[in-house]
Amino acid sequence: MSNTIIRNIIRFFVLVFVQVLIIKNIELGRFINPFLYILFIIILPFETPKWLLLFIAFILGITIDMFYDTAGMHAAACVLMAYARPAILKLFSPRDGYEFGTQPTIQYLGIPWFLSYAGILIVLHHFILFYLEIFRLQEFFSTFLRVIVSSIFTLLLVVISQYLFQRKKEQE
Amino acid sequence: MRNLAVFIAKNYFFFLFLFLETFCIYLIVQNNRFQRASFINSSNQVSATVLSTSANIQQYFYLKSENERLAKENADLHSHDQLAFSILINDTYTSGDTTYRKKYVYTSAKVVNNSTNLRNNFITLDKGSKQGIKKNMAVISSSGVVGHTQNVSENFCTVMSLLNSKTTISAKLKKDGSFGPLNWDGENFAYASLNDIPTHVKLLKGDSVVTSQNSTMFPENIMIGTVDSYYMESSKPFYTVKVLLSTDFKKLTHVYIIENKLREEQEALEIKTEAENKD
Repeated sequence: MSNTIIRNIIRFFVLVFVQVLIIKNIELGRFINPFLYILFIIILPFETPKWLLLFIAFILGITIDMFYDTAGMHAAACVLMAYARPAILKLFSPRDGYEFGTQPTIQYLGIPWFLSYAGILIVLHHFILFYLEIFRLQEFFSTFLRVIVSSIFTLLLVVISQYLFQRKKEQE
Repeated sequence: MRNLAVFIAKNYFFFLFLFLETFCIYLIVQNNRFQRASFINSSNQVSATVLSTSANIQQYFYLKSENERLAKENADLHSHDQLAFSILINDTYTSGDTTYRKKYVYTSAKVVNNSTNLRNNFITLDKGSKQGIKKNMAVISSSGVVGHTQNVSENFCTVMSLLNSKTTISAKLKKDGSFGPLNWDGENFAYASLNDIPTHVKLLKGDSVVTSQNSTMFPENIMIGTVDSYYMESSKPFYTVKVLLSTDFKKLTHVYIIENKLREEQEALEIKTEAENKD
């Protein structure tokens, strides 16, 4: 149990640093802003208490906000995403529930399950984030395109990083 | 009362969510009204330290091109000493006084954080209140306008970049002086649009667009960019001009912060005049 906590704390810092020091500086065009850091919320263990989930999401969002100068926008998107997570997990739950001690990752539940689960959460997060950023309906369609394209890139990064993690686990 | 407590305890997840989300929205709205929430921005110490370390490392990669650019700028300044002085420093001359009065003070600063791909972009600089930086000072690079300072902490300040939906700069065409508001439409970091140019003006591709005399922040005739294309707004007798910005926001490393010594005096006078003529 404490092992999981330590691993998650390390993962938190690694993802925040990767996001603000590397991904923030990679320019892929105006429509593509991937946000890999939400991987942290996606693969928290199943048995994370719901209240803790919300607080973690809030702290993660505020931390990213500090670096992106967006006071509260990332936090709002993350909290909403964390709120939706239990419902989406329930929606995609296997017939006999999730195994205790596992995490919602490709390794345990396979790629089709993970793509639909992570995809919904990522689109939700990006949707809230980009519309909060623009804060008006004038540029609705260009913002929508931005949500979709950025979501695809985030999902791609999330899946790639999953495979990196997985290989490490097999070696252990 | 007890029922209410039971209800809240039962749905604690939802209420906690509601509470946190409300707090976030509060932060965003406050941020819109007062421009920046005072602590969650990149001029706070923790994130600014991390970002300035990162910028320090990054700058080594640009040293060569930066040195070349600085050498070129030095040569430029040397070769038209008198001209550069009168344009950049813009001393004002008052009758009855044979000495010059200094109007603009330049401070050089280093960019420690910058973005170009968001709709509202901000830049963080390594100069703050200790170096005499205040809110709403103009920021330019050697090639053109960058933006204006927004939040100032002891050693850092954040700059609202020209690439921001809330930035408007009063600009004019250098050749005939017709002016209008310039802002960024969010499409491409290399272009901005200049509005309200009367249709009798003969526009040519490559015409210089510079800051106008109407701004209390920017000195007059600071380069903004050149005319790229223009079109007429339907049902309006004005041109909207697409301006190719002369500043390359992606390569920004060193900038100048400009203080207008006479700004407060001018604005106070204008506000007073406005108030007197209201009724």
